[in-house]
Amino acid sequence: MKKILRLDQLTTKLSRRAMLGGAATAAVAIVQTAQGKTVQESVSITELLPDDPTKKVGTLAGEVGTRSSFEKVVKKPSDISSRSPLQDFYGIITPSDLHFERHHAGVPVIDPTKHELLIHGLVDKPLVFTVADLKRFPSVSRIAFLECSGNFRTGKETMSPQDICGLTSQSEWTGVKLSTLFREVGVKPSASWFLAEGGDAAVMTRSIPVKKGWDDAIIAYAQNGEALRPEQGYPVRLFLPGWEGNTSVKWLRRIELGDAPWHTREETSKYTESIKGGKIRQFSFDIDARSIITFPAYPKTVERGWIEIRGLAWSGRGKVARVEVSTDAGKSWQLATLQDPILDKAHTAFRYLWNWNGAETEIMSRVTDETGYIQPTFAQLIEARGPDGGYHFNPIAAWQIKSDGRVLNRPER
Amino acid sequence: MTFWVNFLPDSPDEARKDDGLYTQKPVVVGDTLPAAFGFGRTATQAEIARLDIDVRPDGKGLPAGEGKPAIGKVIFAQKCAACHGVGGVGGPNGSLVTTNDPAKKRPDKTIGNYWPYATTVFDYIRRAMPFSEPGSLTNEEVYNLTAYLLHANGIIDEKAVINAQTLPKVTMPAQTLFVPDDRKGGPEIK
Ligand code: HEC
Repeated sequence: MKKILRLDQLTTKLSRRAMLGGAATAAVAIVQTAQGKTVQESVSITELLPDDPTKKVGTLAGEVGTRSSFEKVVKKPSDISSRSPLQDFYGIITPSDLHFERHHAGVPVIDPTKHELLIHGLVDKPLVFTVADLKRFPSVSRIAFLECSGNFRTGKETMSPQDICGLTSQSEWTGVKLSTLFREVGVKPSASWFLAEGGDAAVMTRSIPVKKGWDDAIIAYAQNGEALRPEQGYPVRLFLPGWEGNTSVKWLRRIELGDAPWHTREETSKYTESIKGGKIRQFSFDIDARSIITFPAYPKTVERGWIEIRGLAWSGRGKVARVEVSTDAGKSWQLATLQDPILDKAHTAFRYLWNWNGAETEIMSRVTDETGYIQPTFAQLIEARGPDGGYHFNPIAAWQIKSDGRVLNRPER
Repeated sequence: MTFWVNFLPDSPDEARKDDGLYTQKPVVVGDTLPAAFGFGRTATQAEIARLDIDVRPDGKGLPAGEGKPAIGKVIFAQKCAACHGVGGVGGPNGSLVTTNDPAKKRPDKTIGNYWPYATTVFDYIRRAMPFSEPGSLTNEEVYNLTAYLLHANGIIDEKAVINAQTLPKVTMPAQTLFVPDDRKGGPEIK
C-alpha cells in the first residue's frame, strides 16, 4: 500500500464532476510506494479525500509521522534567517522543524561521531569531550524560549506575528549542565569570562560571563525529545536560558576560560545597540519581557461575537507575572488568563475572552514579569534609548480590528 | 545535589495497601556528584593550538607575521571588493570603510566609526572571511588586510606596520562609545 508523504500542489478549483468521478488529479504528492520507494505522483481526489473515511482503509503505519496535508505551516526564510509562524502555533512548544533559524554562514553538516568539544584556558585540566562523552554525564531538561535579540519589525499593516517577531521559539532542551563540565575541567577562580565557539563556517564566537556558566547554562544535545535539529546546532550547542539567542552558540566546538571578554565581532559590530548620548550598549544579554497577541492577528479575519484572544508572553529575567489585554486601543486594560505551565524564562500562553460588537478598535497585550518590568510601548522605548532602534526592541504590538473583520498590524512608523 | 525518591501508587487500591512506602518522606541522598566523572580525554597542547584561533584586545592570540596597508590594498581588490565595494565602500555585503556621505541620513556602521578594538578586525577576517572561502587566508594576508582596512578608515598611517605588538596599541575612534549593559529588570525602561 502506498503512503502519501507530502502534497506538493493541490488543485484548488475542483469541478463537481471531478469530485464525483474521482479519477481526476487532485494533487501532486510525494508518495511512498509499497516497495518503500519515494516518488512524485499525481493522486486522485478519492485517494486524497474519500467521501467517507469510515468506508476506506487508511494508509499503514509508517516510520515517521507526517503533518496533515491539510495543514500548511511554514517558516518564512530570508537569506540570513527564517521566522517561526507564531500565529499558527497552539500551546507553548515550537515544533522542532518550525523553530526559527538564524545563522551567519549557513547550516553546517557535522558528523556526530567526529565532533568534539574542547574546554581549555584557565582550567586545571583541559579536556576534549566527544558527543558520546557528553551524554554520559548527568542530564538536565528544561523548557525555555530562545529569541534573537534583533526581533522586531514594523512598517506595514499587512504583517503577521511571524513578520513582527518570528525570531522566537520554544523547546524542551536536554543536555549536560555546563557547571558539571566546569567541575570536570576544574575552572580556576581567576576565570571571569568564557569564549564559546561554533564549528560552522562563521566560527561564531561570543564572550560569556563565567557566572552564567555556573548558573544555568546547558550544553544541549537534544530538543523536544530527539537530537538537536541541524539548524539548531546539531550535534551540540550552548543554551543560555533567557539570553539573546546569538549567545547560545550552535555547533559548539570549543570553550575557552579567560579573565576578560574577547570583544568578538558579534559583541561589538553586531548585537550592540545605540542608546542615548551617542553611546553604544554592549553585552546586553537579558531578553526584556515581551508579549504578542497571536490571535486574532493578520492575516486572519474575525466575526462579531465572542473571540478568544490568544497570545504568548515571556521574559528573559524569570516568570511572567501577568499579562493585560486592552480591547480599546490602550485606554483600559484587563487581566488575561495565564495557561499553566508558567515557567521561568519560557513562552507562556495567555487568553482573554472578548465579545466584539463589530466596531473598529485596536487590541494589544502587555506583560509584566516577576521583576516588575512592564512591557513598554514603542514610544517609551524611543524615549528611553533614542531614535536609532536596533537590538532588544520589545514594544507592545497592536492589532487594528476593522469593521469588516480584517485584522491589521498597526505600524509604528 | 538532592534526589527525590518518589514512589507513586499505580492505583487507589494499591495506595490503600500502603505499607509506609508511599507515605514515607522523600529520601534526601545529599551531594552524590563525584569530584570528577573521568569522562573525556586530556587535550594535548597541539590540538589546543590548532583550534585556539581567538585574539583578544590585549593582543593575546595574535600570531607571528606582519602586514602593510599597501599590500593589503591589492589583496582586498582581489578577494574582498566584489562583496564590500571598491575601497571597502558600498558593495552588496556592506561597507567596511567610513565615509561622510551627506546623502545618507545616518552613516553606515563600519570599522572606522563603530568597532571598539582593532584586534577584532584581525580575528573576524581570519575566522570568517572571505565569506565564499572562509578560513582560506594566511596570517600574513590577514595582517595585510587588517592594516589596509585600518588605513582606509583613517586610523593608521599609510606606512604603518601591523603585527602582534602594534595592533593592540591602535586606538579605535569608537572605543569610548561602548558602555556595558545596565538594564536590570524592574520598572525602569532602558
Ligand atoms: C562573497 C561575499 C564576500 C566576500 C568575498 C567577502 N565578504 Fe566580508 N562579509 C560578507 C558578508 C555576507 C558579511 C556579513 C556576515 C554576517 O553578518 O555574519 C561580511 C562581513 C565582513 C566584515 C564585518 C563587517 C561588519 O561591519 O561587521 C568584515 C570586516 C569583512 N566582511 C571583511 C572581508 C574581507 C577583508 C574580505 C576579503 C578577504 C571579505 N570580507 C570578503 C561577504 C563577503
